[in-house]
Amino acid sequence: MSVPRFWRKQIARYNLVGTYCKTCEEYFYPPRNVCPSCRREGQIGDFKFNGNGELVTYTVIHAAAEGFEGQTPYVLGIVQLEEGPRLTSQIVGDPKEMHIGLKVRPVFRRLGQSGERGMIYYGTKFVPA
Amino acid sequence: MSVGIVSYGAYIPRYRIKIEDIARVWGDDAEILKAGLMVFEKSFPDVDEDTATMAVEAARAAVKRAGIDPQRIGAVYTGSESHPYAVKPTSTIVAEAVGATPVLTAADFEFACKAGTAAIQACMGLVSSGMIDLGMAIGADVAQGAPGDALEYTAAAGGVAYVIGNKESELAAIIEDTYSFTTDTPDFWRREGMPYPEHGGRFTGEPGYFKHVTNAAKGLMEKIGTKPTDYDYAVFHQPNGKFPSRAASMLGFSKEQIKPGLVVPRLGNTYSGSCMMGIAATLDQAKPGDRIFATAFGSGAGGDAFSITVTDRIEEIRNNAPKVEELLANPIYADYAKYARHKGKIRLA
Repeated sequence: MSVPRFWRKQIARYNLVGTYCKTCEEYFYPPRNVCPSCRREGQIGDFKFNGNGELVTYTVIHAAAEGFEGQTPYVLGIVQLEEGPRLTSQIVGDPKEMHIGLKVRPVFRRLGQSGERGMIYYGTKFVPA
Repeated sequence: MSVGIVSYGAYIPRYRIKIEDIARVWGDDAEILKAGLMVFEKSFPDVDEDTATMAVEAARAAVKRAGIDPQRIGAVYTGSESHPYAVKPTSTIVAEAVGATPVLTAADFEFACKAGTAAIQACMGLVSSGMIDLGMAIGADVAQGAPGDALEYTAAAGGVAYVIGNKESELAAIIEDTYSFTTDTPDFWRREGMPYPEHGGRFTGEPGYFKHVTNAAKGLMEKIGTKPTDYDYAVFHQPNGKFPSRAASMLGFSKEQIKPGLVVPRLGNTYSGSCMMGIAATLDQAKPGDRIFATAFGSGAGGDAFSITVTDRIEEIRNNAPKVEELLANPIYADYAKYARHKGKIRLA
């Protein structure tokens, strides 16, 4: 990932800042600039999620992508936040602890890095609540 | 005008390794080590944890504990000897992650194990002078000890954050005064680009730890006219269990006074987090009116002593964030191989 690309979404990744449309009362994460339902009638603004949610589904990764070899086996899941939006995230914990419907809470972790010399990407992952 | 602790927060990773598991790898006698060090197990980070992530978790716990508006924080200083970047502050990551940006000053501190208490002193000065409303001082480390080195038995991971302010009604503990004793003493160092620190072995005890801890402690008590019996609790930097116990008895503090804050036997030495973790563990159980005496030590070398009085406010905020005892509970024990993997001691091709 390029440095500017990460930095533009940094606040969203650090603090789970998404958006909320006042017109249709829908929440978005990652943040959307325009409400896909209300279009021009949409009134969209920032919204900080508290990050509590539950695991909708998950998979255990044994054959990791580049840069994640040191973490196998690890869990990748889809988390549904209390306000509705779903996001993909690593779930920290023993793969054997995971189950659909597991209550989770956010933690601040390293998401990755651009090799030994590049920047370190920080952001939100989830752990069993 | 009073200055003191508005809030505090701690973080300890869940992983632990026992002294036996490290001793087995290097052919050392675990029983002798445990008796000598008074350390039985130590914490280590998850694969995706480092000083910045632990500093953020501790800082968020501190913000939550007293329900602080993070925009009031005018300074974030993070003390560590394991900042993830050589150049690029940990403190900006913390400030962003707690929502304190953009109107604040931030910098990283480094003074071996006492960088965090140096940050507390800087925040005390800034709030007392009226330059800032609240200051956040953090001590966090993924402590490094070379494989096979004596330090490997104690070098642990953890972080502690303190929010310093001067509005009387907000203070959970008043810091009556602080006193430092500093000299140029080469007891422990790490050169640029080197992965592990070096130390002077047995030399580190007397001219390093004991000289600076006792002089800082005596200096503060003389300055403000107190004596060990005036305090309910005491905390001294904990590189192992033996040093703080001996420093306490040299100064005239009892075993009972240091007991609540002596977390090192189950945690290890969290370097910049060490003394601050002991203060946090003591605040977790102190009553309003209790007095706490604390002295941090940093190699290089210096001691920072603090005289603290707990206020009624502690009861209102104490239960709003995890206590040190709760963070020490339910550890995940792992063997040396997993520990080496988590600490990056095994390099992937």
